[in-house]
Amino acid sequence: MLSRTASHPSGLLAAASSGQGSMATGLPRRAGIGLKPEHFRDVLGTRPDIGFFEVHAENYMVGGGPFHHYLGRIREHYPLSLHGVGLSIGGEGPLDEAHLDRLAALIERYEPASFSEHLAWSSHGDIFLNDLLPVAYDRQTLHRVCEHIDRVQERLQRRMLLENPSTYIEFEASTMREAAFLREVLRRTDCGLLLDVNNAFVSCTNHGRDALAYIHELPLEAVGEVHLAGFARDHDAAGAPLLIDSHGTPVDDAVWSLYARVVARLGPLPTLLERDHDVPALATLLAEARRAEDLLNARTEPTRCGSCWACS
Amino acid sequence: MTPGSIGSQAAFAAALLDPARPCPPGLRAWNGSDPAARLAVYRNNVVSSLIDALADTFPVAQELVGVAFFRAMAGVFARQSPPRSRILAHYGEGFAEFIERFEPARSLPYLADVARLELARVRAYHASDAKPVSSEAARLALASGACIGELRLVCHPSVTVIRSSYAVVSLWAAHQTEGDLGKVDPDHGEAAIVVRQNLDVLVLRLQPEAGEFVTAIQQGLGLGDAAGAAIGTAVDFDLSATIALLMSHGALTSIHLPRGPLS
Repeated sequence: MLSRTASHPSGLLAAASSGQGSMATGLPRRAGIGLKPEHFRDVLGTRPDIGFFEVHAENYMVGGGPFHHYLGRIREHYPLSLHGVGLSIGGEGPLDEAHLDRLAALIERYEPASFSEHLAWSSHGDIFLNDLLPVAYDRQTLHRVCEHIDRVQERLQRRMLLENPSTYIEFEASTMREAAFLREVLRRTDCGLLLDVNNAFVSCTNHGRDALAYIHELPLEAVGEVHLAGFARDHDAAGAPLLIDSHGTPVDDAVWSLYARVVARLGPLPTLLERDHDVPALATLLAEARRAEDLLNARTEPTRCGSCWACS
Repeated sequence: MTPGSIGSQAAFAAALLDPARPCPPGLRAWNGSDPAARLAVYRNNVVSSLIDALADTFPVAQELVGVAFFRAMAGVFARQSPPRSRILAHYGEGFAEFIERFEPARSLPYLADVARLELARVRAYHASDAKPVSSEAARLALASGACIGELRLVCHPSVTVIRSSYAVVSLWAAHQTEGDLGKVDPDHGEAAIVVRQNLDVLVLRLQPEAGEFVTAIQQGLGLGDAAGAAIGTAVDFDLSATIALLMSHGALTSIHLPRGPLS
């Protein structure tokens, strides 16, 4: 069992009910990085000055061994964000209650400051596809996604954050814009938003839209965490750019620029640097986190105009 | 069936795993380009992420056949046996059996057993924690005189016995820079147990009869019957050396009589 400390509020619900105007999570308004097994010893040995660590929940759904050993020790020194990739909230089938039980057990064990998942599906029937797959933005999907989020928040007894997806294709069945769909999901379920700025840039590039306008249309007052990551470049059948959310490269300048606008608008937010492939040395990840932290420190108060980006 | 209605994810999922299937209906691109090229991103993400997961679990198998062969083989496996669990650490069950039936790999008959050893190592890495039995408790239990044959030895959750007609332990070790691959005679049968001691996964060579003994105690046989099974394999089975080896690597969590622990 972890020792509770004053700097680690135990849950989102308590923080969210404290009457703060903007969506609060227990995560500090600082930069964090993903915790990678190859960095376990380095993190414990050097105790880098970093706001928080994030882990993929499914990687820790194992009986014991080094993953739990190190996460338990690292958690004693840092706030934790638990990020799910396997719940399949956008799936047509019912949620996997056994998977929810496993999430609840991890939350009880590690007391993360935040739990987040994706607007996507990853399982069909008993097959797990290990990717975050797109959904049609229609009434039927809206109803289903809201039902699933209601169940998650009821079972986990906390408010979750829902991440905007990176997508490569759209559905003829869609009747809503993605941002409007997300706004409606958040309104109906009272979950928070995990604003992935890289996903916003990737998806908007892939679908011929303006990323800044997309972000502006999102329910930004509900942002509880920001994700930044790198992408790879490809092209579609017509030769138009197709960006792949690879998490395998440093954050692109275009994404840094969007992020600076978000911070100027909303003030400092918990910000994760995601890297899942070609993971570099810990020092390299920390340097990228420092760049985010420099942007966070550049502004400590949000711009209050709220109606335009020019105010920043 | 209208796109977006119940059932559309079935067609999407099937298309992801089968490159011969056409692009499912109801997909579009903003610029009117062929959606199949965009679906290909998802197809590649799914299959290559599963191949990557298998490559992480089976690095020596990959070295033995080369990256190109391994990825092609793993791709066939991933498409016909996608994960049934959302926990990817478990992915790879059945890969060794698939390799045994995979015609292009027949020239490496030991490859499947190397894969079994590697899967056992990953299982051991993530296995539940359990406290090894203390040497004092073991000494007391083993001094229980007439009842000694009835004693049950409980293995640590990380323990797997590997028995092969091939030199899989030497082959594996040669790829950890512990040995010289050129000196390995692959047709020499070997046995080992895989166990996690504290945070380290170990591969401990055993005589085949000692492997038989550990398998027997894992099946719940008493010490006497398990030793009998081992002696049936080789009359010079060394019981005390085998127990000492297991004890010294934390591979036993309890030694007790069937009706309750002695310690």
